[in-house]
Amino acid sequence: MTVLLDPTSERSPTVRARLPRPESLDGLVIGLLDIAKARGDVFLDRLEERLSERGLAVKRYAKPTNARPAPLPLQQQIATEVNLVIEGLSD
Amino acid sequence: MSTLPEDGLVAIVKRDCPTCVLTAPVLGELARRAGITVYSQDDPGFPDTVPGPQSDLGLDLSHRLKIEVVPTLIRLENGREVARTYGWDRGEWERLSGLTGLGRDLPESRPGCGAKNLEPGVLERLKVRFNETGLKSRRIELGGDEDEQEAMFGRGWSDGLPLVPPTEERVLRMLDGTSRDPQEVIGLVPPALAAATVEKIAINAVMAGCKPEYLPVVLAAVEAVLDQSFAMHGVLATTQFAGPVVIVNGVVRRRIGMNAKGNALGQGNRANSSIGRALQLVIRNIGEGRPQEVDRATLGNPGKLGYCFAEDEEGSCWEPLSVERGLQPGVSAVTVFAGFGLQGVIDQKSRDPESLSRSMAESLKAIQSVKLAPACDAILVVCPEHERTFRAAGWSKARLYEELYRLCEIPGEELIAGARGIAEGGPASLAGRTVNKFRPGGLLIVRAGGGAGMFSGIIGGWSSGARGSIPVTREVKP
Repeated sequence: MTVLLDPTSERSPTVRARLPRPESLDGLVIGLLDIAKARGDVFLDRLEERLSERGLAVKRYAKPTNARPAPLPLQQQIATEVNLVIEGLSD
Repeated sequence: MSTLPEDGLVAIVKRDCPTCVLTAPVLGELARRAGITVYSQDDPGFPDTVPGPQSDLGLDLSHRLKIEVVPTLIRLENGREVARTYGWDRGEWERLSGLTGLGRDLPESRPGCGAKNLEPGVLERLKVRFNETGLKSRRIELGGDEDEQEAMFGRGWSDGLPLVPPTEERVLRMLDGTSRDPQEVIGLVPPALAAATVEKIAINAVMAGCKPEYLPVVLAAVEAVLDQSFAMHGVLATTQFAGPVVIVNGVVRRRIGMNAKGNALGQGNRANSSIGRALQLVIRNIGEGRPQEVDRATLGNPGKLGYCFAEDEEGSCWEPLSVERGLQPGVSAVTVFAGFGLQGVIDQKSRDPESLSRSMAESLKAIQSVKLAPACDAILVVCPEHERTFRAAGWSKARLYEELYRLCEIPGEELIAGARGIAEGGPASLAGRTVNKFRPGGLLIVRAGGGAGMFSGIIGGWSSGARGSIPVTREVKP
């Protein structure tokens, strides 16, 4: 195990914080990611309906297989097109 | 970990030491006549003259006993050390063992060899293992499969390039480069105004790729930029291009192998590159000064990765910058300047100092904007072939300063907003006056560069004087 010495002023925790959750969805573009698990699409279809009813912008994405991480081009595309992502982990 | 006997003789040896090999028969004699426990630092089978030599391959015991030389012979009584000798010395070995006639075939004495536990790299490892480092910084444990570089990038420690991982061993070695207390506070680094201890600076110097002998220069540079007159917070926060430029003078330049000659302001020399980088990492990591946060630079400049070079004192007929600024010749020093990138002064035709100084002055007057004066401070880096022209004509550095200031007087009419068809400029009241491009003392002349090429350089700067940044010179202390 590698142990490093902290080069900073140590004012923030060593574990990187997650991005804060948005306080509101207003004005944000939401990505729905289907990870290719069975019936994930059913769940995401319904979410898309509900979000669209609220006038929110939704974009759909799908992984080719649940067995591997999303291909890099897909990760980059999602990161540049939406503000947050909801994944369908159903099975 | 090896446990010592309560009483009797103990020896620490290594096969790699000729004196240990020489004394192997004596150790056998001691084993037979008095009993002895022998610990080997490198070969658990050595010496085969005693029954069952003990292994100290991990060097824990050697470290605990603070062994400096092998062979070391120790006498213990009731678990306490009562006598010690090192190397081979018949009289001493007989005194410790209480036996006479030891090693009759051996010379009277023979010096020992350096102990393995003190070898570079080993001592630091042992100090870490025994928790004797004295380092106060927070430890960050990486996951077993975590890539070190990615972990450091992910934590925001990097200026965009890979870093040397700051392990405890590396930081300990870095701290060997200075005699200063690791917990000494050099200053408060803006914008966070967090304390820069020698230890924290050493960590950043490790990451920047510095060798331990560069650390005193890095410390002096940090001290210099934290001087109030340098206005580091403003230099960082400005939308202009500035970053700290470090110029090194004195004996330290050659001792650490800095480049003052060809491509002195460019890439390729470890000391030049890593010292400037370490300073910037201190600002980033200790001070939390990061681009697009408190660093509001519109464009920045490539020197903000690190901008450090040495003056070519040996090749120059002029006094070095540090001497001009009050230090004794030869004294190691850094001068920091809030500078932009580099603007070239190409003049391949001037053969007399009058023409060359006019040429340089015209370039100097273009810094920031031809419509702004006084503008900023500037460093004029005079290349060898340009200096030759001044040298041949007998121009001292003082003379060149004097001529350049005179040539940088600008008629106020040229500087008025709208004059010359350029909206930038000053008030109409400038008419009839003469304005100098530089405040008094705002021009610094330094000599550096390769032997071929009539190409000097100008490093323009951020706002200067009391309303901006003033260059600061600091002695490099061991």
